[in-house]
Amino acid sequence: MKQKIELLMGNEAIGQGLIEAGCQIAAAYPGTPSTEILQAIIDRRTQAAEPLHIEWSVNEKIAFEVALAASYTGKRSVAVMKQVGLNVAADPFMRTAYLGVKGGMLTIVADDPGPHSSQNEQDTRLFCLQARVPVFDPASPAEAKDLVPLAFELSEKYEMNLVLRPTTRICHSRQNVELNAPQKLERNANFEKDPTRWAATPAFLPQLHRKLNANLEKIAREPELQPKLSPGDGSHPHTALVASGIVYAHLVDLLDELGLRDQIDLFQVLMPYPLNPDFSKCLQQDYQRVLILEETYPLIELQLAHPGAVGKQDGTIPREGELTPDIIHQVLADFLGLPSPQELPPPHRGQRPSLCPGCPHRAAFYSIKQCFPKGIFPSDIGCYTLGLNLGAVNTVHCMGACISQGAGFYQSYAQDGEFPTIVVTIGDSTFFHAGIPALINAVIQQARIIVVILDNATTAMTGGQPVPHMGVAAAEKATRAIAIEPLVKASGVDFLETCDPYDKPAFEQRLKEADAYIRSEQGGVAVLISRHGCIMDPHVRKMQVRFKVTIEDNCVGCRKCVEAFECPALSMDNEKNIALVNQDRCIGCGTCIPVCPVDAIIKEERS
Amino acid sequence: MKQQIIVSGIGGQGVLFLTRVIAQAAVNRGIAVLTSETHGMAQRGGTVLSTIKVGDFSSPLIRTGQADAGLLLWEENLPVHKPLLKENGPLLVNTAASGPGERIDASGIARNLGNAVLANLVLLGLAIRQESLFCTAEECETAIKQLAPPKFVDQNLKAFHEGLNGN
Ligand code: SF4
Ligand code: SF4
Repeated sequence: MKQKIELLMGNEAIGQGLIEAGCQIAAAYPGTPSTEILQAIIDRRTQAAEPLHIEWSVNEKIAFEVALAASYTGKRSVAVMKQVGLNVAADPFMRTAYLGVKGGMLTIVADDPGPHSSQNEQDTRLFCLQARVPVFDPASPAEAKDLVPLAFELSEKYEMNLVLRPTTRICHSRQNVELNAPQKLERNANFEKDPTRWAATPAFLPQLHRKLNANLEKIAREPELQPKLSPGDGSHPHTALVASGIVYAHLVDLLDELGLRDQIDLFQVLMPYPLNPDFSKCLQQDYQRVLILEETYPLIELQLAHPGAVGKQDGTIPREGELTPDIIHQVLADFLGLPSPQELPPPHRGQRPSLCPGCPHRAAFYSIKQCFPKGIFPSDIGCYTLGLNLGAVNTVHCMGACISQGAGFYQSYAQDGEFPTIVVTIGDSTFFHAGIPALINAVIQQARIIVVILDNATTAMTGGQPVPHMGVAAAEKATRAIAIEPLVKASGVDFLETCDPYDKPAFEQRLKEADAYIRSEQGGVAVLISRHGCIMDPHVRKMQVRFKVTIEDNCVGCRKCVEAFECPALSMDNEKNIALVNQDRCIGCGTCIPVCPVDAIIKEERS
Repeated sequence: MKQQIIVSGIGGQGVLFLTRVIAQAAVNRGIAVLTSETHGMAQRGGTVLSTIKVGDFSSPLIRTGQADAGLLLWEENLPVHKPLLKENGPLLVNTAASGPGERIDASGIARNLGNAVLANLVLLGLAIRQESLFCTAEECETAIKQLAPPKFVDQNLKAFHEGLNGN
């Protein structure tokens, strides 16, 4: 029977694959490039043949643990995250390697070589080597989808958690993909208690560790996961190309274009860890020169330890950044002695991203910077990282770090005497993810800092996933709302104010009060909730007054609104030396009006 | 049939939608297609690039100097993305200013239709008028009808026709 073909993004293909394979519990925390996987499951949930629980968990560790216990009951489950999310989930992830699973469990971790939208370009495959967890490296959206049912089967066969690692170029590529009917597994939850395993004390761990090692040896030899050879015609004897992931796809297109497709032995590695030792042996015996192409760290290269290997270890291939087709072309030309490709033109930087026109974060950042020109501003991961452009973000590290970094700055300055005003900015979703323990710590360590929670009622950066204080869960399901204020109060914070940053005078007043508080005798952590919905939300835009904003002739060309406030709807007419409003992009929020020192920006209410 | 296409713009201009329309036209014709898109931080008004590879390809990315056609919604991206284009590859640019490539004030036309974001389909119309892409006007219309939210289909088709018929 001919199956339905659909144009799917890699992440959608994976989500579809999970539903088809009978996954019944899916948990994730959003993060580029992984976000659309869970979203695809939500969008396609009605296709599932059996009950399906889907959740946007509060963080990745929680997502992993929820999926893990579901697997203990014999059902198929998945935890989805981006590469740095695995750091958050590392603790349960590492122990799971020893204890194993029951129902098939996959951890899908999306890597971001480049990086395009991440705080590093760590390689999940290398993480898996250290955790001793098998990992699959698909080369296309369709292959990623095909690996899902196979991975579930093997996860059940070996009772191991397995990792599927797509990269940005898989996640955010579209391809025509074949759809299949979702499987019905007819499993009822059945947790078989076994404390020697599910609560293993150190006494039981050596035995579990032995089993893990034995399993790794077996899975390395699974026939379906062996490196796939496309043999050459013998014109390049004793020479092999080894590639995995999307880099393999780039290489195939390149060989095609250069007319080399069937001339050189080419191996695609589907499971870069654990590698079959026979594969290493075969390469050692039959090949003198081996070019190894992989993202991002030299994992295959390390395991092969081939004396004729050309790769990242010997520095032939750039060790940093994405392996683009252009780079691969150069590397292949050098390896095979082909004419060098034309030199690349110097790269140009495009337009830098900025907070949206009308973004409430911009107004908050501008006020923070105005009130405390000499302040220290630790911030965090989200759209609001772009507060960088306004000079109101000085540090960005990892989810939730800003509060503890703020406290660390305070302790270090305070022991010398004077301390600057430290204003921490953290988004609402980030606050729930990892901010609460940090806030409690800052309070008990008596840090005198201002924490501004930028509450825009959504996880904006990744496209608007629900947050715990809105009373909505995945798939628009109504749930209990967990308000921010009582959490802050219960963390021991005595100064708590809420204000809309669109109201500049009131917001700046609250900031000054907060500063007075942290410097008072009883002072400690002050929290200001900056509350205004994300402007990307059509409902928010509809509910707020929209002005027609223009610039009068009395503009003196000081560039404050364009540079210090940097709304992307404002630019300078350099000939006339006046500011301009781009009416296509202006949403008429009016927050730029108080920025102008000569009141040249004016508004009229729109009808 | 093989064609490599780039679509360049900034976040918020509808580059993703335009990419999907072109790719859908290939799917409807039963040809293999691969695209790559920019998501994440850059979507906040930063430079974004989509690539579309129609025909028998494995990778979604395009090497420097290999794109057969380029659609630029943001003229300032020219120095960033023009190097991807083949020397004689058609270049279609949304701008009111003069310069290289086939040019159309797609944003201006779209603004007159009531929504500047429709510039993406105006530019697509021009590309079809110039016979720069593998697909026909009818194929684009079908794809637009499939992908646009029902209440915007007419407006989207109008924008496409403005670019297609010129004025
Ligand atoms: S009113 Fe001012 S701040 Fe708001 S979107 Fe328009 S130009 Fe930007
Ligand atoms: S509008 Fe006001 S703030 Fe902007 S450049 Fe002119 S004078 Fe300066």
